[in-house]
Amino acid sequence: MQATRVRPNGWEWVSWLYMRVSAVLLLGLVLGHLYIMHVINSTDTIDFAFVAQRFATPFWRVYDLLILVLALSHGLNGLRGIVNDYTRPGGGWRLVWNLGLWTVGLVFTLLGALVLFSFDPSAFARR
Amino acid sequence: MKVHVRIKRFNPEKDRRPYWADYEVPTDPFDRVLDVLHYIKWNLDGTLALRRSCAHGICGSDAMLINGRNRLACKVLVKDLGNRITVEPLRGLPVIKDLVVDMEPFFAKYRHVMPWLVNDEPPPARERLQSPEERARIDDTTKCILCAVCTTACPIFWGNGEFLGPAALVAAHRFIFDSRDRAAAERLALLAERSGAFKCRTVFNCTDACPQGIEITKAIQELKRAIVLSRA
Repeated sequence: MQATRVRPNGWEWVSWLYMRVSAVLLLGLVLGHLYIMHVINSTDTIDFAFVAQRFATPFWRVYDLLILVLALSHGLNGLRGIVNDYTRPGGGWRLVWNLGLWTVGLVFTLLGALVLFSFDPSAFARR
Repeated sequence: MKVHVRIKRFNPEKDRRPYWADYEVPTDPFDRVLDVLHYIKWNLDGTLALRRSCAHGICGSDAMLINGRNRLACKVLVKDLGNRITVEPLRGLPVIKDLVVDMEPFFAKYRHVMPWLVNDEPPPARERLQSPEERARIDDTTKCILCAVCTTACPIFWGNGEFLGPAALVAAHRFIFDSRDRAAAERLALLAERSGAFKCRTVFNCTDACPQGIEITKAIQELKRAIVLSRA
């Protein structure tokens, strides 16, 4: 039993399953996003009015938030896997990297959510 | 046929770092690399250290890095390598001398997965019978000879020694899916930990390297599936 410590950490399978589930969800969500933004419409025709109309219902705000949360967490979880592969368990570098990944994840999730849900077209219309 | 052999050598009592030694060896194309190493040890330089036992690909002692790939020296013919042969010790395990590596970290991980039959039920009158179908379930993973070729071919193991490695996972598979065994849940719990099955990134180096042809990556995926299904 030497060399390999038994650690009471049984959550790695959740992370593994999450990567697969989020990937499948992202496949649908991102392809839908690309189709709407770049096939039906194009970046030449998308303007303020388009976004205002799109965000008039909560559906598209939740849709975009879902993409943001899933893509960010999927990517960061992948990086976490790499960090855990190449840093020592219980070491300083692993802690620094993981804290960094969590910080990036939280900051960008909050920032994105703030932009999505504080957007108010009427506030601009009044000017 | 003469072959040029380069061997990465290291004697911890004399050398500060490993160095390359070159040998010219007369061989037959149908000689094995092990025969070439024997020729060097017996005729050119008796200080060369290597492990081998049965010399017929079943004891798993003479695993080494031959022309950049993990193989058993007794299972590779000179004719398949050409006239330049490079031999190095296995990667990821500490070198004791020349081609001899310290296998203890490898066997510690093997012992960790409880590689023995666990069954506290009273033994039946004759024996614990197994149907041909039940036996077929573990047919592939029972072939493991513990040569460490797979584990020392795994980049995740190179990067991080905490990973149990393919060989230990193969051993776990062999008992978890054995119809006579009763400790599957306990072993699956061990494999669910951070250093266990989910550290496998399906690189397939182990499957490519295995001298027994075991479908190792497939076995590891079956373990992941079993863990997820038992928890979810």
